[in-house]
Amino acid sequence: MRANYKVEFASGVFLLLGIAALVWLATRATDYGQDIGKETYTISARFANVGDLRNRAPVKIGGVTIGLVESIALDPVSFEAVVRMSVASRFDEIPSDTGASVLTSGVLGDRYIGLEPGGAPDMLADGDEIFITQSAIVLEQVISKYMFNTGTGGDKE
Amino acid sequence: MNERISRIDRLTTPITEAGQCLLFLLRMLAGVRFGGQQILAVLQQVYLIGARSLVIIMICGFFVGMVLSLQAINALEQFGASDQVSLLVGKSLFRELGPVLTALLFAGRAGTSITAEIGLMKATNQLEAMELMAIDPVQRIALPRFVAGVVSVPLLAGMFSAMAIMGSVVFAIGVMGLDAGIFWSKLQTGVYFQKDFVGGMWKSLVFGGTVSLIAVYFGYSAKPTGAGVGTATTNTVVLSSVLILIFDFIMTSFLT
Repeated sequence: MRANYKVEFASGVFLLLGIAALVWLATRATDYGQDIGKETYTISARFANVGDLRNRAPVKIGGVTIGLVESIALDPVSFEAVVRMSVASRFDEIPSDTGASVLTSGVLGDRYIGLEPGGAPDMLADGDEIFITQSAIVLEQVISKYMFNTGTGGDKE
Repeated sequence: MNERISRIDRLTTPITEAGQCLLFLLRMLAGVRFGGQQILAVLQQVYLIGARSLVIIMICGFFVGMVLSLQAINALEQFGASDQVSLLVGKSLFRELGPVLTALLFAGRAGTSITAEIGLMKATNQLEAMELMAIDPVQRIALPRFVAGVVSVPLLAGMFSAMAIMGSVVFAIGVMGLDAGIFWSKLQTGVYFQKDFVGGMWKSLVFGGTVSLIAVYFGYSAKPTGAGVGTATTNTVVLSSVLILIFDFIMTSFLT
């Protein structure tokens, strides 16, 4: 049964190769395994405007990713966007007066949440809320303010 | 009267065929035993229709990746966004091109050979001989080929996409001199595992089942003549290609 053995070996190699290709693709070419670890805690923040912030957008301190945006919902009463973020448990010493702002990487890049640590002695814990927030800067609004610059004495001519 | 019957016949034939195809599938699945003998038969078919399609799949994948990045760089350069090429290549591969092109190639490479093999078995009365020996040819001949097809196509699609990413690496980084770090980090942040990768895997699983079912059914129901086997083989390729593209649209509209 020499030939049969060869066939089984070849099909086994094929199966292994196929699975290896899938694993390689999943880990190298998708966001799988790009998570921030299993142990996380959740904090939330309210913004007047989150721009086009999306789920799974990074949460950064000093440009280093420490967490991900978990969900974005609208508070039906105050009409503020409530952003829930999960932060890796390694970073459990974030002061409670930390500020959060919706920022853009580059001029047209993706939105992310930047945290600006404060100096309070007590730390943010699971379920806490960040109160100092700054909304997203919407480029169209900035441009229109610049172009139709009214009410600030801009008419020099 | 006769004319009328034949017209009704022509209208109902496709529906009858679909019904027979479904019954055939159920008859095959009723024979699943998870026994050693059956697993060996499936492994042998995985080798014949999966492993031997590997080379063509890998070559095609490599060149599809190269041409995708060539076209993408040409188009994106105009906006100064050629850094995004890996994102475009990755997304289009995982979601569309990987599953669809693999299934089309599989239909041409393996589907035809399954149909022709079973059809020829029928034409030379081998299937009848099995039935006389109380062996169900649907379970003995068709089932291993069907299961092997369902197993092989997602794996082949994975290898197609992997080779296409390689092709894209060779062209975008090697030839056009894009930065390797940006190439990989765009993939790792922009291509979503759940939505893009797993969705594509579901697609190729469905495509694998469709192509294999059509191939074994057409082989089994072929007219036992030379011309009949030829027609059945052609029908396999035509119907599987059409169904792959139709199912692709349906699944895309539901998955995303």
